[in-house]
Amino acid sequence: MNPLLGKLTLEQVPYHEPIIMGAVGVALLGVLAVAVLFQRYRLWGWLWSEYITSVDHKKIGIMYVLLGLIMLLRGFTDAVMMRIQQSMSLDPNPGYLPPEHFDQIFTAHGVIMIFFVAMPLIVGLMNIAVPLQIGARDVAFPFLNSLSFWLTFSGAMLVNASLIFGEFAKTGWAAYPPLSQLSFSPDVGVDYYIWSLQISGIGTLLTGVNFLATILRMRAPGMKMMRMPIFVWTAFCTNVLIVAAFPILTVTLALLGLDRYIGTHFFTNDGGGEQMMYVNLFWAWGHPEVYILVLPAFGVFSEVVATFSGKPLFGYKTMVWATIAITFFSFVVWLHHFFTMGAGANVNAFFGIATMIIAVPTGVKMFNWLFTMFRGRVRFSVPMLWSIGFIITFTIGGMTGVLLAMPGADFVLHNSLFLVAHFHNTIIGGVVFGIFAALNYWFPKALGFRLSEPLGRASFWCWLVGFYVAFMPLYVLGFMGMTRRLNHYPNPEWHPWLVLATVGVAIIAVGILCTILQIAYSVWKRDQLRDTTGDPWDGRTLEWATSSPPPIYNFAETPRVTETDAFANMKANGTGMFVPGTPYEDIHMPRNTAAGFLMGIFSIGLGFGLVWHIWWLVGLGAIAMTAALLVRLFDEDIAYIIPADEVKNMEMQRLQGVGQS
Amino acid sequence: MTILDLPEAHSLHAKQHPPAHEDDAELTEKTVFGFWLYLMSDVVLFATLFAVYAVVGRSYAGGPTGRELFDLWFVLAETAVLLASSVAFGFVTLAAQEQRKQATLLWMAVTFAIGTVFIVMEVYEFHHLIEEGAGPSRSAFLSAYFTLVGTHGLHVFSGLLWMIVMAVQLARDGLTATVHRRLGLLGLFWHFLDVIWIVVFTEVYLIGVL
Repeated sequence: MNPLLGKLTLEQVPYHEPIIMGAVGVALLGVLAVAVLFQRYRLWGWLWSEYITSVDHKKIGIMYVLLGLIMLLRGFTDAVMMRIQQSMSLDPNPGYLPPEHFDQIFTAHGVIMIFFVAMPLIVGLMNIAVPLQIGARDVAFPFLNSLSFWLTFSGAMLVNASLIFGEFAKTGWAAYPPLSQLSFSPDVGVDYYIWSLQISGIGTLLTGVNFLATILRMRAPGMKMMRMPIFVWTAFCTNVLIVAAFPILTVTLALLGLDRYIGTHFFTNDGGGEQMMYVNLFWAWGHPEVYILVLPAFGVFSEVVATFSGKPLFGYKTMVWATIAITFFSFVVWLHHFFTMGAGANVNAFFGIATMIIAVPTGVKMFNWLFTMFRGRVRFSVPMLWSIGFIITFTIGGMTGVLLAMPGADFVLHNSLFLVAHFHNTIIGGVVFGIFAALNYWFPKALGFRLSEPLGRASFWCWLVGFYVAFMPLYVLGFMGMTRRLNHYPNPEWHPWLVLATVGVAIIAVGILCTILQIAYSVWKRDQLRDTTGDPWDGRTLEWATSSPPPIYNFAETPRVTETDAFANMKANGTGMFVPGTPYEDIHMPRNTAAGFLMGIFSIGLGFGLVWHIWWLVGLGAIAMTAALLVRLFDEDIAYIIPADEVKNMEMQRLQGVGQS
Repeated sequence: MTILDLPEAHSLHAKQHPPAHEDDAELTEKTVFGFWLYLMSDVVLFATLFAVYAVVGRSYAGGPTGRELFDLWFVLAETAVLLASSVAFGFVTLAAQEQRKQATLLWMAVTFAIGTVFIVMEVYEFHHLIEEGAGPSRSAFLSAYFTLVGTHGLHVFSGLLWMIVMAVQLARDGLTATVHRRLGLLGLFWHFLDVIWIVVFTEVYLIGVL
């Protein structure tokens, strides 16, 4: 092996594959276009000081959301490619994708959508909203927050690097052994999988620690646990799940890595290895992960439905307890991902019943949302449309889930397109709809102007219709016996349904286009859409009590909280947040730092070296990361003070703006 | 309802102009809390490795068993060394609390030396096993053994590196609030590794030779 480049050779670059090179070309052109724009308008300094080195939770949240949306385009392109392949690959037509490429695409689609679309978007929304909703100035550990983001970014870049250098895993997104073992996957695809998830997973774990400390230690005076906004509650439970579940993924991937790198026998066929142990461990993390994603989406719907119905949320306490119940049960259902393992009837019965029980607290939530709308003055703004679309779609997805929770039914339907339809029904209907509701809801708070309503509606309707056209056929195909991940198939009866599903994906593509247009149009027309009040939706929680976007310190003085829906009460009772006449005070803020960014960039080198066995690069990456951390730890000058006079000036300007509107 | 009626959280920045040390106290409280959360995630990490060991710890694949390989007296000595290093770190904490910089550094050096002895003993044991043909790729049992014990060893090794960094910082800055806070975290980490080792000693070595 070459000591300079490890396993990497020129043949590993697929320059003879027009599809891959086309994708790489488009991506590079996009990067180039952005770079030219930044150069043209001299924005590099602004990018560096306002975003890259920022430790402000609002800026970090925006970067997370941007990363998630860009990766959504890649993950969605994978989906389009799979749908087109299956709509044409009825035997004897092989379609346009060879099997080894098709396998990489469905693996990359799953990995990207879960780890680099849903996770960054959810974490980004928590970053934007949670500190504001609890009346805090930032998260508990702002530097760690920056580091978390850049590690997530590095993981995503490592996945993207697999397009150009070598290939991605061909194992499916769960990378089950023995297929993912060195003997059956000798190339670097699984190594890309392992290291990109390890690096971004550490970032996620740090986020979990950070947000738990933030929520438990930094709430405004008077905000008891039972007065927290529901989104904060769901974020709290999600971060409990992150801290409790992500170490399991870390260990699982590490053990798979040891099997591949030093020849241990954890999951091998020989030497006493136990591949079902991998499957158990993977889902002991994987099922809580489902709730890590969907609980904050539930929180978003709770905020949106209450706000746009002009009423307090129906059944606040039951909503909280339902969330806690789901958090608990999410840890005792993992075996339903592999009822066919052969654990026996009693074990399957336990996990089947536990799975069905989760439908109860989820049902409680559904009725809470419905009763919140009942006799409310419902405004059908874009976030509300997504919420209503969610209530209907997620209910269907939940019921097919209960159906699959019956081991007997699962034996027939497992590994079929019915399953694929079910989890897309819950993830798109729950998580994706929640993210789009939240984007429309919190966009003005984060950036100071609203998103265009008409294009938002167009996007919603395309997504809703497209979703049903794309995924209802998959339920049918599952009943017809079509298994998942087929490159080509012999049954002509499946073909029309697959063509129909492709039409659905085309409709969703129009929806995504509408979202891009919506953002572009709103940036263009930002002066007309500007939110001068800080409270564009007549909101109920504290984030709407400050300007849009909020000043760097969020609140000049820490708000006092006496009830749930703190801001709605302040507006109803005509009380201000602050005692009038209180003098402004100096505010301590953390300084920007490049350490998180540098550690993230160095971790790309570390991961790339590990993938390709370039050991000097591994050493260099590790040393550089440690050095960046040490420089940070030995730096005493990490905070600065905004003097009271300056706070006063900033507040006066802000209040003037509010007064004018 | 009791868990939900936690005392009201304090905001990061108190109402009145706080003297600097009060800010430090809040930062310390928050950081220690965050570090505890990290330690809990580390508990899950080790719990997973213990579970893996429980599943494949008897899968010898025709290779040597724990009873054949483990020398309980050696491991007992190893355990005693690690516990002694924890006691030594207790003196670091006491010296730091009394603001005695030299004594703190001295006890850190003692802790570091004893911790190094532990690592050397573990490396010797690993080396010895691999020499005997009982390396991590021999059987699932040995894979799990090396990974579990090795992960604990890596933690101890990181703790030693951390101690060097702390010694440098202490020598440079003296017993500042930052140094106090970080020494406190290092102490939590160091004692935590003892707790993990006690479980390793029981599950892997004691039960392993049964």
